[in-house]
Amino acid sequence: MRTIRFLLVKEFKQIFRNRSILVMIIGMPVIQLMILPLAANYEVKNINIVIVNQDHSPVSAKLVSKINASTYLNVLSHLTSYDQALKLAEDDKTDLILQIPPHFEKNLIRDNQQKLFIAVNAINGMKAGLGYGYLSNIIQMFNEELRGQMMPRSKFNVAQEIELEFTSRFNPHQVYYLFMVPGILAFLVTMITGFLSALNIVKEKEMGTIEQINVTPIKKYHFILGKLIPFWIIGTVVFTLGLMVSFFVYGIVPAGSILLLYGFMWVYLLAVLGFGLLVSTYCDKQQQAMLIMFFFMMIFILMGGLLTSIDGMPYWAKMIAALNPVSYIIDVVRAVVLKGSGLQDILPQLGTIIVFAIVLNSWAIYNYKKTN
Amino acid sequence: MEISVSVNQLLKSYTKGEKTAVNHVSFEVKKGELFGLIGPDGAGKTSIFRMLTTLILPDGGNASVNGLDIVKDYGKIRMSIGYMPGKFSLYPDLTVEENLGFFATLFNTRVNENYHLIKDIYEQLAPFKNRRAGKLSGGMKQKLALCCALIHNPPVIFLDEPTTGVDPVSRREFWEMLKRLKDQGITIVVSTPYMDEATLCDRIALIQEGQILSINTPKNMVSHYPDQLFAIKADNMYHLLKIMKTYKNVLNIYAFGEYAHASFREDMDTNELYRYLEEKGFRDILIIPAKPTIEDCFIKLLNN
Repeated sequence: MRTIRFLLVKEFKQIFRNRSILVMIIGMPVIQLMILPLAANYEVKNINIVIVNQDHSPVSAKLVSKINASTYLNVLSHLTSYDQALKLAEDDKTDLILQIPPHFEKNLIRDNQQKLFIAVNAINGMKAGLGYGYLSNIIQMFNEELRGQMMPRSKFNVAQEIELEFTSRFNPHQVYYLFMVPGILAFLVTMITGFLSALNIVKEKEMGTIEQINVTPIKKYHFILGKLIPFWIIGTVVFTLGLMVSFFVYGIVPAGSILLLYGFMWVYLLAVLGFGLLVSTYCDKQQQAMLIMFFFMMIFILMGGLLTSIDGMPYWAKMIAALNPVSYIIDVVRAVVLKGSGLQDILPQLGTIIVFAIVLNSWAIYNYKKTN
Repeated sequence: MEISVSVNQLLKSYTKGEKTAVNHVSFEVKKGELFGLIGPDGAGKTSIFRMLTTLILPDGGNASVNGLDIVKDYGKIRMSIGYMPGKFSLYPDLTVEENLGFFATLFNTRVNENYHLIKDIYEQLAPFKNRRAGKLSGGMKQKLALCCALIHNPPVIFLDEPTTGVDPVSRREFWEMLKRLKDQGITIVVSTPYMDEATLCDRIALIQEGQILSINTPKNMVSHYPDQLFAIKADNMYHLLKIMKTYKNVLNIYAFGEYAHASFREDMDTNELYRYLEEKGFRDILIIPAKPTIEDCFIKLLNN
């Protein structure tokens, strides 16, 4: 027990003396959680639109005022020539051009139909799609209104009054960061603890200090515990910091039990540390460990459901994702934070992670013994 | 006399048996002896040390330390030896004091329990006890490493090239410390590539390419030097070394400090050699009989 305590004291002294590691532990979750979710935001506001109104009738003025009222569309200018407007689009100053043709109102009343022209600047695909969506919505609504005014309600129009509205069950306002923050937090914890544990043990090998340790009568399990416990604690600290950032910056309060979150995270950290330990047993140099960890972390993040949904992947990719511990933690953190899932709901994931933890750690310890 | 370390036909090869690092090495170290393994880089010294300190397993033969088998009783051996690797391998980010305390704990002891052993050495380090080990000078690092190897009062210590990369003054100090440790009854096995340090050992084993060439006391080794040895000097040393190779009865010629050492099979006429060199156009010729050193013995053995 005394040996373990001293190993821990030594490990923490080393960690606290290494400024870059401290910055990593504290700065990384805070900064990344503050920047990434906002930067990776798919929600688009401030779509610029130029209106080329060549009609100047009450009807067209009404349409223009409707567009003006939208919080998503920002009317950049009103022009009379389409060529001028196109120039703005070419300079990437505007995202949308709406052209209201001459005699719009007159022709509309005469022919009962009229056409509007929308040009979309598709340099930024996301903005283009959304901008077009917003604008067509406004025009659609405007159209409904006009119909209501111009023609008396008839039996035939009843069907058209059924409207489809959809909202997201657990994120009704489609707030992007609500979805991203828990996912990124889960991934950050994985990255920091995984990298730190793998590099730390390899560092002892590279510096030769492990030689000096190996000639002492210290037990192997003492040494391994002395390495796992500090990073297990650090993982918990990073997770706590991340939860605090998501509360103070994004106002996210986990819908489910915080204790359950921590409980799952503690088991999960054992799996991650086992993985770090395993990588370290195969490497002699920190550089090797770094590259191997990068390789796996890239796969973990791309196949972890953080950015793209695993449910939408082909079968073989789902199989890979099933072997990816990160996919379970992202899943569970999101489920508990957003949906308020209970222990019952996450039992399958918990079981899988326990298996991961046992397999990875046993493999690592077996390999550690073999090479020594 | 009690035997402290006994090595019998030890064998170790790397890269799947292709490269033999230690080739049937046998030697014995008596209790309280200062035993030196002398040999150039790559001779297999470190491999022998790593086997004796239970860091790697031998491929053949056996060895015992304090009567304990290096394979079967590795756990017990680790309790009773001190090891100082050739490369500085304490924690550079821990202070002098912390390193010492840490290794004391790993051996289940405390610094003050065996302080008398390291007192002489540690007192020199005391002014820097709050300095991080990585920031110490080379000589100081070695002293700290020695302290850490001694902290659990081991009856045997293994020092792998402790003076490599250390300045001459610190080197001399270091050997004086070893002498004092020997006086306290500690068996010391030390390796070094420096021939001048060999004379400071009680007995030495000359080792080359994984094989022991000779084991003896330094004194006996030089007194058994069989050939006639001369130190020769002239104005053009490079040319001299070349010319001398062809001279009759020359066994060996090599640069030795500012002189060239030449060994001869039988009686050599100094005057005749002098005349010969003069004929070849050398000036400032000096030929004096030389006392053989360990280095001369080593070169002699290498040429056999």
